[in-house]
Formats: sequence, structure tokens, C-alpha cells
Amino acid sequence: MPIRPLVSYSIERVEVLREDGTVDEELMPSLSADEIQRLYEHMVLTRRFDERMFKLQRQGRLGTFARVTGQEGAQIGAVFALRPDDWLVPAFRENGALLWRGITMTQLLQYWSGDERGGAFPRALRTLPISIPVGTHLLHAVGIGWAMKEAGEDSAVLTFFGEGATSTGDFSEALNMAGVFQVPVVFFCQNNQYAISVPFTRQTAAPTVAQKALGYGIFGVQVDGNDVFAVYRATREALERARSGKEPTLIEAHTYRVTDHTTSDDARRYRSDEEVAAWLKRDPIERLAHYMRAQGFLDEAREAEIAAEADRKVAEAVEAFESIPPPEPEEIFRHVFAQKTRPLEEQEAALLARWERRR
Amino acid sequence: MRGEQIEERSLTYAQALNEALREEMQRDARVILLGEDIGVWGGGGVFGVTKGLLEEFGAERVRDTPISEAGFTGAGLGAALAGLRPVVEFMYVDFSMLAMDQICNQAAKIRWMLGGDVSVPLVIRAQQGAGRGNGPQHSQSLEAWYAHTPGLKVVMPSTPYDAKGLLKTAIRDDNPVVFLEHKLLYGTRGPVPKEDYTIPFGQAAIVRQGRHVTCVALSYQVHKALEAADVLAEEGIELEIIDPRTLVPYDRETVARSIMKTGRLLVTHQAPERAGFAAEVVMCALEDAFDYFDAPPLRVCGKNVPIPYSLTLEAAAIPQTEDLVRAAKRLVEGVPLGGRRS
Repeated sequence: MPIRPLVSYSIERVEVLREDGTVDEELMPSLSADEIQRLYEHMVLTRRFDERMFKLQRQGRLGTFARVTGQEGAQIGAVFALRPDDWLVPAFRENGALLWRGITMTQLLQYWSGDERGGAFPRALRTLPISIPVGTHLLHAVGIGWAMKEAGEDSAVLTFFGEGATSTGDFSEALNMAGVFQVPVVFFCQNNQYAISVPFTRQTAAPTVAQKALGYGIFGVQVDGNDVFAVYRATREALERARSGKEPTLIEAHTYRVTDHTTSDDARRYRSDEEVAAWLKRDPIERLAHYMRAQGFLDEAREAEIAAEADRKVAEAVEAFESIPPPEPEEIFRHVFAQKTRPLEEQEAALLARWERRR
Repeated sequence: MRGEQIEERSLTYAQALNEALREEMQRDARVILLGEDIGVWGGGGVFGVTKGLLEEFGAERVRDTPISEAGFTGAGLGAALAGLRPVVEFMYVDFSMLAMDQICNQAAKIRWMLGGDVSVPLVIRAQQGAGRGNGPQHSQSLEAWYAHTPGLKVVMPSTPYDAKGLLKTAIRDDNPVVFLEHKLLYGTRGPVPKEDYTIPFGQAAIVRQGRHVTCVALSYQVHKALEAADVLAEEGIELEIIDPRTLVPYDRETVARSIMKTGRLLVTHQAPERAGFAAEVVMCALEDAFDYFDAPPLRVCGKNVPIPYSLTLEAAAIPQTEDLVRAAKRLVEGVPLGGRRS
């Protein structure tokens, strides 16, 4: 009885947009000039918003938050493939994706300033709240996908997470169950190489995240996460597979977190400047701009105009955010249950009476 | 309280739960079941609660899951957010610890975090309790853990009648409900009406009336308290047994009113005494009826030890009828029956 190979698999990597701004014409997804402009504009808006948020945080006007700078290609490329009737299940670094879904900058500022009213996304946007516990939301994506399948809807779910989340049990349970139940979910991993200070090589012995899909019997693919066209192409394909065959997919967007993990750490303590510098050369926005300049979609004047327009929108949002009055104390009791229980009513009455006396 | 307007029909606790699930699934196509070995295994779960439901409603609505507690709880939550009304089953409540984040950190909080613009109609069913020699990791009573978490409702039925009515209420509730059944109760019988009925949360049942000692008993301990009451009655001591039925919300008024009559409080559950729900019962009673106490309240609860595998040792670790009898006698010692107010 010879020992023979039983199964063999390969994992593909998709790249479309080269660093010099040229594209692989065969792989280039069909996108109109107008769509490419919108992609670019949204990536710039995301970057400008991120930079302004960082300043606000350093001034003490916002709390801790996770920056998206450098990951705009992965994030915006993915949500660009969504339809309004699809669901988005974010982690905590998805400001760009959330803006694209229709959450306002004012709301996000409110949330990251420590006011949860900003995280109460309207139900119609089909977007779950920002999920800061790592990996736990992947299961909600599976459940939503399952409910949509049961309801006979042809929409899909896109959920974001980082490579750190792939070490959690919930990641494993989510992918396994998605495979067993055949649900229309796209698991989108932004592998930005660091989970706080822990590098990818210390997160897993596997050379890629994408290959983890194989163990769960689902499709997995890696894309250049700083290549917005490759990300869009892979996500669109995955969403189509989800909608038509209810098949889940794991996409690994290979990218890099050029900033600190959040505003609370200093990445220089655990990685080299050279490493960061090498990745900065692969900036997703600059790469897209290269392409657009060559195509005649973008010139210096237009570039400046788009940046100024983004800054104007951000400034407006900051102004609106700063005029939001603080929440009332009774807010804490409001949404514990669909209808307040009596013990909660009693606690609320006692608290309000105390506040009244203090006034 | 029970028995009135009830047609003569006796069901087991498991059958009553089964009927509640069946009727709610017939009434509302959004009700679906998720759990381990609840379908094709044939028995309807380890205790037969889901028996016949796969045949009636199909594999889409009665979903056998991988061994993946966090997985099916989280997926159940996601499905609830997207419009279904899932009932997830833990084969043993002990396994719910594998899904603790999904229950306490996710399901319990997501409505609050979304500012209320969402419903979380998720029922988490589990069987718990000791008395079957199932050992330390299959015999616990975890109600206090869940009662401690804001955003969860906690239900503990002790009779077939309550099991059916409360499960229907749980399924129709728009909040996550932890529904804790006791493994020794599945075979117990009691009257269950054929017609549709629900039991509102937050209403305790006065299981037996009495003048001398208020006994608040949870789940299986209601039956132990009934046994103790018979023994005590022979000695002229009357136990008033109150089953809160739901811990969140908790009906403290019924307990306070009873203490105003009896002046004595005894609380019993199988869960370990330390930081158990009995402490909450006692504290609420002290807040509400301090002046009426004729004796310090007593707890008759599980020892602060893991539940042993050995049946002999297990019996020593959980409160027995004799313990209740002894405690009730201690409460009436020194103060004449009828109390200071008679």
C-alpha cells in the first residue's frame, strides 16, 4: 500500500494595480471613470478624517481610537463592492468603511469621543455596531447570513477583522459554521501585520491567513491589500459567490498598519523605521493616484480640490460634533431591555431624584 | 394559584417544553432552533425536549450544529438581529461557559449599544442542576452568573405548567432570555392546559400557603420545599413556599408581603451558597421588610464545592429536605409561632 497524496490545494494572490500605477488589463475589474473617481475621493476623505481625528485625540477632544491610514485600499475597495441591502459587520478600525455605508463623520466623532449615541447606527443601514472585542462579531455575521438565507434574500454579509482575530476561537467557530451551514458571508481579514505589538509570525505559524479557509472547506484568497482594484475584484467575486451559491469566502488583504495600533501605543517600540518606510512607499492612495494621473482622471489641481473638499467636510463634521449636548443621565436605563423592567424603573427614579436634588 | 381553570391533562416537564416550542414554531415561522443533537439524533436532545420537531418543521428550522457553543450562540444572536427568533440549546448549562462572551458581552449589551434601534429576540435554553451523578462539569447551577449581567432576563421554571407558559413568554420577548431548566424535573408531571397561555415575567408563584416561615425556593428546590412542608406540618409549622419563577425581573413584593405575615425567611437553591441568588433574595427582603423579621434569615444552598461525581458525595453537596426542615425549625425557635404580631 503506497503512501499517496490525498488532497492538494493552492492559495492564490490577486494583484491588479502595480506600484508604478499600471494595471494588469486582464484582471482589471470593470469600473467606470466616475466610479474610480469616487473610490479615490472616498479614500482621500478617509485619510483626511483619520488625520484630523488623530489631532483631535492628541488635543484631548477624542478618546482612544484605531487609525485606518494605510489601509484605505483594503477597506474602501471591499465596501465599494457592497450593495445597500448587504450587511456590514465591522470590527473597530473601519471608519472608512462605515463612512461609505452612510454613517456620518459627526456620528463617528461622537462615538470615539466616548458618547455611545454615536454608535447607534440606524437599522436601515444594515451595519452592526463597532465591535471592539476581537473576533466575537464574526459569529454574528454568520447568524445574519443564515437568517438572510432562510428569508430567501439574495444579499450577503461582509465582515472585517484583523489577522490577530484569526487566533481566536470565535474565528474558528465562525468559519466552520459558515462552511457547514453554507451561508453568504465574506470574511475580510485586513492582515496589517501587527496585533498591537505582536507580529504576524507570532500570531500563527501559517504563512498566510488565506490558507486557513481550507481547513473549514471554504474558499480562501489573498489580495494585495494596498491595491484597491485587486481588493474590489476579489470582494465582488466573493459577494457574488455568496449571493448566488450562498458560499462563504475568506479574503486576506495583505496590508500594513503604518500608524500605531491605536492612539494609546507607540509602534516604534516594537518595529523598525525601515520596515515602516518600505510600506509607506506602497501607499494605496498614491498608487491609485498614479494610475489616475496616467489615465487623465487626475491632475494637480483636481487633487488639491479633492483634498480641500474633504477637509471642508471634515471641518463641518467636527463643528457639528462639538455642538452635541452631553447625554442625559436617564439614558443609561433606556435601552437595557425593550421595555423597562420595574427594578430598572425604580433605580432610574432614585437616580433622577438624586440629580434633581443636586441641581 | 395553579390548578384553577386548568383542564385535566397531565404532561411531563419535558413534554410541556416540547409543546411550547411546537406551538410557538407553528404560530411564528421566525422561531427556529439551534443546538447540539436536537434533531436527527431522534430523541430530541438529551432530555427529549425537541422530540418530533425536526420531522414537523424540517432541518432548516431545527438545526443540528457543530460542537460549537460560542458559534451557535453568536450565530443565534446574529440571526436574531436580522429578524429571526432563535431558541438555542445548551446540552448542559456548564457548556454555556464556552459561549460566555456571546451571552454576557454580546447578546446582553447589543441593544443598549445600538441605542435601542434593534430587537434581540434570543432564547438561550439550558438544563442545569445536580442530583444525577453527572459530575462537577455537568451539574452546576449558574443562574446567579446570568442574573448578575444587565440586559439578560433569567427564567427558572419548576413545574410543567410554568415551563410551558414561561417558555412561550420567553420566545415572544424581544430581549435575550436565559431559560434554565433542571435536569431532575424533565420527568415530573403536572397539569398543563391545552389552550394557549403565557406567564408574565416578574410574577412569583405562591406554591403553598403558610403562616410561619416564608421559603423562597428556586427550580428543583421548590419540590424539596414541598416535601419539607409536609414534614413540618406534622409538627404544626407552616411553610409558605414562593417560587420566583423569574430572577430577572424578580418579584420582590410577593416575598416582602409574605415576610410581613410570617416574620421569617428561608431561601434555598442548589447553586453554591456564596454569592448565590439567595443573597439577593435576602437583601431585597431586608430592604423591603426589615421591621417585620422575627429571626435572622437563613440560606439552605449548595456547599461551596464542585458537585461530586459520587452520588453519596453529591447528595452531601446539595441541599436536602432534612436541611430545610432543620433550618425552618431553627427559625421558629425562640419566637412563638405566629410571631410578635399575632
